[in-house]
Amino acid sequence: MAPDPGQRERRRERLDRGLKVRTEGIYALSSWKEISYLLAPRLILILGLILLPLFMPNLYWQRVICITGIFGLLALAFDFLANYVGLISLGSALFIGIGGYIAGILNSTLGLPIVVTIPVATFGGAFLSTVLLSPCFPLRGIYFAIVTLMYPLAASRIIEALDIFGGTEGMPGLDTMPNIWSALYSIIPVLLFSLFALRRLVTEDIGLVFRGIKDNDQAVRASGISIARYKACGTFIAAAIGCFAGAYLVHLYGWAGISLFALDFSIMPIAASVIGGMGTLVGPVLGAFILIPLTELLREFGSLRIVLYSLLLVGFIVFKPEGLMTYAQRKYHQFEHWVEV
Amino acid sequence: MAEGVLLQVKDVCKSFGGLRAVDSVSLDLHKGEIVGIIGPNGSGKTTLVNLITGFLRKDTGRVFYKGRDITNLPPHKVADLGLVRTFQVMRPYYSLPAYKNLIVPLYAPRVKRTKGGRLGDRDAVAIDILEDVGFERDAYVPYKPASALPTGYLKRLELCRCLALRPELIICDEIFSGLSPSEIASMVPIIERLQMEGITLMMVEHRLRELFRVANRVVAMNFGEKVAEGTPHEVMENEKVKDAYLGWEAT
Repeated sequence: MAPDPGQRERRRERLDRGLKVRTEGIYALSSWKEISYLLAPRLILILGLILLPLFMPNLYWQRVICITGIFGLLALAFDFLANYVGLISLGSALFIGIGGYIAGILNSTLGLPIVVTIPVATFGGAFLSTVLLSPCFPLRGIYFAIVTLMYPLAASRIIEALDIFGGTEGMPGLDTMPNIWSALYSIIPVLLFSLFALRRLVTEDIGLVFRGIKDNDQAVRASGISIARYKACGTFIAAAIGCFAGAYLVHLYGWAGISLFALDFSIMPIAASVIGGMGTLVGPVLGAFILIPLTELLREFGSLRIVLYSLLLVGFIVFKPEGLMTYAQRKYHQFEHWVEV
Repeated sequence: MAEGVLLQVKDVCKSFGGLRAVDSVSLDLHKGEIVGIIGPNGSGKTTLVNLITGFLRKDTGRVFYKGRDITNLPPHKVADLGLVRTFQVMRPYYSLPAYKNLIVPLYAPRVKRTKGGRLGDRDAVAIDILEDVGFERDAYVPYKPASALPTGYLKRLELCRCLALRPELIICDEIFSGLSPSEIASMVPIIERLQMEGITLMMVEHRLRELFRVANRVVAMNFGEKVAEGTPHEVMENEKVKDAYLGWEAT
């Protein structure tokens, strides 16, 4: 396949100079070999996730995949917010809780069907989360992190103390997904869509503004851009993903309660990001697909479970601190270099 | 207000605890001129820049830009009006290539207003701006990650971030410092060209020789106060300025 002269020139200079343009998403698609080189990992991921439920032996494991999808979304939202907007949020449970409660209230009091409650909870919840977090936008780093950690804790205490939205009992008897297949194949496409949309977003111009805020917020202010506005924008995107996960969770179980604000929802996405590779977006999703099924497998070990779990996490941090995906990406690109030269 | 006054600083004060960092400083900037701000370390020059551009809140005093009161505007609103600044400590986006650093200012509302910044155009505009200040495109310098660039380029990248906003007034905070003589030699013509293009400059500097080559007027500060103002020659002859720079040894 003959590439046009302009393209060939461009590709040669980038490769010769060893510039990492490849990672920035500009590709020279001049041969089938090159196209398949780029396509293969993406296809494996997409097909792998779509076909995964078919290989699950029973309903129990199919439900595990659903839960894994929820944590995958949360990990994705965490990674985006932490490594592309610079807001380290320890409050992913807030998104789950807000999305879940909105869906629960709409379903139990107004009797709205799932197709209405989930979208409303996604976007309404994202808006509410952004408004709630907006006082924290002037904060940076660890200060933002610690304040966001308090939000879900405060929310569950408020619901408990005021006995609103069902109090400690929660809201039982909500609509559930008609069957396990509809549950599975509603979360997996959303997960894939969110993943590829975010990957695209961070290389777009608005994504560069987000990354600018992460790298150096003062320089962004000096460039005539309101950082509060873009932090809100980034939070809205991450919160929408998290709130969808929350609303979905509520309709998976048919129940909403204060355990939606549980610390697990805040901590697991971080662990998944550490394992998968911070800042890769796809890494945290894969991390969730390793961690969550693993916790289920480890159930058989009873009380030893948490020990094994901790050992695994420590092992990852010690031996592969950059995360699986960063490691795999490097190996894959190195391989490519060898082929090209 | 007098005709041609672009920036007017009126009795601006700032204290940090008991320290009067900037003590009732007033100055005017006329359109098209280059004004140098000099003074020993700790004399309040950078604080003054931070006060003017809104990065610090003023205790008292007012700042007018093109006759408009910008005293209490946040930094991004000040930059939006065309009053932009560089940072003494360079603040590039280290994870991005040099030209992608300019996408952020090119995305600003100010640029969108003045020129319909279409998607995709911005890369080309960014590379043009960088080429103008000596990022050799043939050597792929604009494509290099900011973390791989030497100080000289980063200083120019700081300036480019301002230029991308199509500014009317640039406040340069020690743009010559940390540069080698040859890098300064290449920076001076850039500054002179900006003036010819009608951009007003306020330059906070320690490198007096180079500053006096380009500055029309110089303001000297010491202990947060303005001690002298005039042509470079007048200011250097001023006794207070001499005291500020040489005082302790001379007595």
